[in-house]
Amino acid sequence: MLQFARAKVLHLVPVLFVVTSFSFLLTSLLPGNLAQLMAGPNATPASIAAVRHELHLDEPLPVRYVEWLGSAARGDLGRSPRTNQRVTDTIKERLPVSIEVLILATLIGLLIAIPVGIASAHRAGGVLDQAASGAAFGILAIPGFVLAIVLIYIFAVEFSLFPATGYTPFLTNPFANLQSFFLPALTVGLGEAAAYMRLLRSDMIATLQEDYIAMARAKGLPTWHILVRHALKPSSFTLLTVLGINIGRLMGGALIVEIIFGLPGVGRLLIESIYARDLVVVQGVVAFVAVGFVLINFVVDMLYGVLDPRIRHGRAVA
Amino acid sequence: MAAQSPDISVQAAVLAAARPAEAPRPGATWKRLGLSFWLSAGWLALVTLSALFYPLLHFADPNLPDLANQAAGPGPDHVLGTDTLGRDMLSRLVAGARISLTVGYTSTLLGLAGGAILGLAAGYFRGRLEGFIVAAMDAVLAFPALVLVLAVTAFVGHDLRIIILVLGVLGIPAFARVTRANTLSLAQREFVLAARAMGAGDLRILGLEILPNVMPAILTFGLLVVAVAMIAEGTLAFLGLSVPPPAASWGAMVAEGRSSLDTSPHVSLIPAAVFFLTIFALNLAADRLRRLVEVRESRI
Repeated sequence: MLQFARAKVLHLVPVLFVVTSFSFLLTSLLPGNLAQLMAGPNATPASIAAVRHELHLDEPLPVRYVEWLGSAARGDLGRSPRTNQRVTDTIKERLPVSIEVLILATLIGLLIAIPVGIASAHRAGGVLDQAASGAAFGILAIPGFVLAIVLIYIFAVEFSLFPATGYTPFLTNPFANLQSFFLPALTVGLGEAAAYMRLLRSDMIATLQEDYIAMARAKGLPTWHILVRHALKPSSFTLLTVLGINIGRLMGGALIVEIIFGLPGVGRLLIESIYARDLVVVQGVVAFVAVGFVLINFVVDMLYGVLDPRIRHGRAVA
Repeated sequence: MAAQSPDISVQAAVLAAARPAEAPRPGATWKRLGLSFWLSAGWLALVTLSALFYPLLHFADPNLPDLANQAAGPGPDHVLGTDTLGRDMLSRLVAGARISLTVGYTSTLLGLAGGAILGLAAGYFRGRLEGFIVAAMDAVLAFPALVLVLAVTAFVGHDLRIIILVLGVLGIPAFARVTRANTLSLAQREFVLAARAMGAGDLRILGLEILPNVMPAILTFGLLVVAVAMIAEGTLAFLGLSVPPPAASWGAMVAEGRSSLDTSPHVSLIPAAVFFLTIFALNLAADRLRRLVEVRESRI
């Protein structure tokens, strides 16, 4: 296990390096005079020069990169020239909202996907299986913003069950908070449910062909026991991978959903900064999201090793 | 959410988790694809042809408001009604199809060309070149794609060519993976050995022996990528980061109707339905073709 972990960590370092360089270069190499852009329309040459100096844009690129990476590693992503707030503080402030969407959406996704996936695999080709597969295929073809609009139309406009926009902090009013998070979480969660259901179902159909399942059946174990206790865990690898990737991605906020439902999360911070041309914040958020994404995928890889001993011992299976 | 992300490899994995229990239908190829495939192909043909021949079809001006009929429902004057400014919906939908399809098809072609070359090289020459290409592709895939698209378009500008370029580059790793996987197994086959024995060079083997055999798999995968690219453009347009108004774009049309969902829902819901149908048709066509290709490959 230790050796497996060391190999994974060794792989992690170059990827992190590439990803952070990319976040830095992305906002540094793009054309356009950024200092002028950030100084605003009424800038004088002196104020542009001041901005250039403040952002260290007058220093050579490699120097700027090393400085940026050094302070980023110490948890300092700079200060927004627009709000004069530290980027890390702003992210810290926005992160709980994104995480709440992430948790609720994942819960909705798994709550739908696991029972439906198991039932579909148990009677593959049956009525429930065909209906569920058709529905999942349909949901996967709905772009996120379209699904959000349709859900707003159904739940907020036609039936007035949930608010279309607005945000209440959890500690102020937990009930109103959950109400305002329901539609955003459902928008994300339905897409996840469709994906997880398909993955679990196809892996489970394969698992159910295994000899040890026939053995369990022969011993006369009840069907639910075989499905849940024997077949579920070995069938969940693909699901776990995609779950990990989705969690990594949603750390950066479900962009569209946060915009449409007016939730002040990390995704909305990114869009706001893009609209406001706030380069420092964009750079910081992109780096934060990218590193989070890589780290979570790393954790998922490690979990793989815990779940399936064959992977720990590596190349024999591959 | 799987459906909103330009993360192509995940999308493909999810869609490819198909029905292993289902055996292909017997009979001619066109019959084996099934009715649903031909319905999807028909819808895609309708959308593509009307977008292609838009200038010849004499639609109403998509940007001309009919002030007497604002947010009107479907009727004799406007087949699909008008939007909140009184512009003809059908005409705007077809004009928007030109943008959505241009982005979908051209960015996919870019990604396909780049990915196929890298994938062929990696799968055929192996060695260090392969290691380098695979590592580079993994690094690109490690970056959250939607964030990248947003950041680039934000700083470079809302130029359709730039959106196409960025989406195309993001498609390269996915195509490279598919191509490499197929090339790896094909390079071991007898017909490649035979060609080499007859004195064919590497380029000739790659171009005339391997490429034609990888093509069906890549093209089928390409249909999925077209759908992902169209969703990405639609998302940008919805956020107001694609072509600037008043140009019609499907994503922008959905966004424009958002504020009047309670009074005239059709302004948002009609483009939403057209968008859904097109993506659904692309996914379904890709799914049916993939099954056919897999069966054929198992027979070679």
